[in-house]
Amino acid sequence: MSAAATSVVEIPQAWTLLYRGKVAMACLIIAESAIFTIFLVAYLFYLGKSLTGPTPREVLETPIFFTICLLSSSITVHFAGKSLERNNRPAFLALWSLTIILGGLFLFGTGREWHRLIYEHGLTISTNLFGTTYYSLVGLHAFHVSAGLIMLTVVLICGLAGRVHDDQARRVDVLALYWHFVDAVWVVVFTVVYIVGR
Amino acid sequence: MSSNVITIQGLEVQEKPWVDTLHEWVTTVDHKRLGILYIVYALVFLLFGGIEAIVIRIQLMHSHNNFVSPQVFNRMFTMHGTTMIFFVAMPILFGFANYLVPLMIGARDMAFPRLNAFSFWLSALGGFLLYFSVVGANGLYGAGDAPDVGWWAYAPLTARAFSPGHSTDYWTLALLVSGFGSIGTAINIIATVLCLRCPGMKLSRMPLLVWLNLVMAGMVLIAITPLSAAQIMLLIDRYLGGHFFDAQAGGSAVLWMHFFWIFGHPEVYVLIIPCFAFMSEIIPVFSRKPIFGYPVMVAATVCIGFVSLSVWAHHMFTVGMNSYANSFFTITTMAVGVPTGIKIFNWIGTMWGGRIQFRTPMLFCIGFLFQFLIAGLTGIMMAAAPFDWQLSLSYFVVAHFHYVIVGGILFALFAAFYYWYPKITGRMLSERLGKWHFWLFLIGFHLTFDVMHIPGLLGMPRRIYTYEPGRGWDTLNLIVSIGAFIQAIAILVFVWNLISSYFNGAKAGNDPWDAWTLEWSTSSPPPAYNFATVPVVASRRPLWDLKHPEDPDNLYE
Repeated sequence: MSAAATSVVEIPQAWTLLYRGKVAMACLIIAESAIFTIFLVAYLFYLGKSLTGPTPREVLETPIFFTICLLSSSITVHFAGKSLERNNRPAFLALWSLTIILGGLFLFGTGREWHRLIYEHGLTISTNLFGTTYYSLVGLHAFHVSAGLIMLTVVLICGLAGRVHDDQARRVDVLALYWHFVDAVWVVVFTVVYIVGR
Repeated sequence: MSSNVITIQGLEVQEKPWVDTLHEWVTTVDHKRLGILYIVYALVFLLFGGIEAIVIRIQLMHSHNNFVSPQVFNRMFTMHGTTMIFFVAMPILFGFANYLVPLMIGARDMAFPRLNAFSFWLSALGGFLLYFSVVGANGLYGAGDAPDVGWWAYAPLTARAFSPGHSTDYWTLALLVSGFGSIGTAINIIATVLCLRCPGMKLSRMPLLVWLNLVMAGMVLIAITPLSAAQIMLLIDRYLGGHFFDAQAGGSAVLWMHFFWIFGHPEVYVLIIPCFAFMSEIIPVFSRKPIFGYPVMVAATVCIGFVSLSVWAHHMFTVGMNSYANSFFTITTMAVGVPTGIKIFNWIGTMWGGRIQFRTPMLFCIGFLFQFLIAGLTGIMMAAAPFDWQLSLSYFVVAHFHYVIVGGILFALFAAFYYWYPKITGRMLSERLGKWHFWLFLIGFHLTFDVMHIPGLLGMPRRIYTYEPGRGWDTLNLIVSIGAFIQAIAILVFVWNLISSYFNGAKAGNDPWDAWTLEWSTSSPPPAYNFATVPVVASRRPLWDLKHPEDPDNLYE
């Protein structure tokens, strides 16, 4: 029973396992999906159950431009990661900044819509069931966009300081995975709130 | 395997001042220390929850008792349930998972040590918030003390109008915060198992404990999160004037029930699956046989994981769902019995023909097998919707789920304590005290929870603070309460055993049980780095291979 005994067993060739960052982010995405599912179920369950107005049909406007912004930011973040892998840092920084700008635009769009709903239509989170479910669902998503933007910005600052290299590409990929998730959730939220829900 | 520990000759270790030791424990990111922190933290809350249970039982000892007021009684059962599930069972199982999973897969630590520490301190904050409500919940209204809405906190009882003050807020925040801690730990366990296994440790060679904790962690990801989401909604209702569960504005109280039980029922399996894991490690060692039907055990666990996600509404048969929903949830609930039955069959198959050693861990395992079977049978009874209509919200239900949680989960935990305490502390727990603990607890358990079924069948509702004489419940309740006291004495024996053996127990050595998994190959307690050289494994029982190089397991797997 010594180290000699352990070496009876041959070390298997090429013992590589998954990257822990990717696995953890995948798990986080599963957990977050469950949270979003519950909020989506609540939204769908309460459709048309509000006792007072305003209703979604009366006040919601489809944010097509800002949706395009968010969805294209998925593409830019993907190519930013690819550029980093090839150690093309100027391209990485440019595409990464573009991602932040597109995400920021989307957040601005949400803010503008909320401003319009609150000041023009008097719809707040406590107005009716639609207000409660709408603001919490879209707000939950906006919260995730904000968290993503903060993390993206931290990477950008590090990048501008010259600290991000190609050997960190897989870490950047983990963040990109989160960003793709935020986009994918928006596709579902968009479908439920602006297409099915009206 | 003395070579698995590095010794430095001539190095003098000086006693550290206690402040330094404390600082080390508070700032630690070591999975073993965090595991111990989880376990000790849970044991403290076990005493709190136990005292609450004793208060409940004193109050119900005879009819028209006024040991505590109805208000205090409400707080007691709310705090008892919440504490036992969220701040005893969850952290203690996470503690064992934290401690054992990296050791069993030959890893240095968890995948994310700092996330691990963060998760623990989140859970700790949750428990602190819950109990801080006792002094902090009065708020501006001067109403409410500890939370008193029941552990499932049905709407609209939790609305501002019916729960003024802040006790419900403390309850919500405690569960939300500890829920985030649980999600962090679950992510960590999955990443550790998938990414840090030592060379040769294929998925098909992982110890069953690791497999089952992997399934448990996966379930935490999708079962705890609905509760977190529902708590956020409740906070929106209470603080921002939302209407999620506000029937006055068209909101639905039943939706809360669904959200709560979508969490609540898988939660039972989140708790019991790690206990299955303990069984699957301990029974083979004390039967001197490898586990019977390893792949089937894994498959059955995954199967339980999936099916248990679709059974939640059997808690809601009395709400008045349509017949299709009733039938669906009856069928799925009964279906869970199949993979669970397979497991019990396999454990018995492992014992069959083995040379069984009746040490204390094995005694608790055998207790588990019988009691969990009975708990499963009453579960099947209540899965039938018409039967449930009769007995829902009665003491029969209370007896059933305590049979699962005490007779199953707690017995498995005691087995785990007796089995791994030597590894964690380097000392054996006393067998003599262990046997006292086992027999006292067994007698107390059966007095309490066997008898408790009967007042339930006679119609005694749960959560009543007292009852009329002459209903035939008095004697039965007295017996139930006496059993509770015997269990309390057994717990004190256990705690005394933990403390006295820590100082005076026999030295354990690396491998006191002649076991087969990797944690027994390093010293007791293991060094901070776990293994001096990364182990390499070729079968499910690496230590068997080491001890029997002439007949290694990998020839047969």
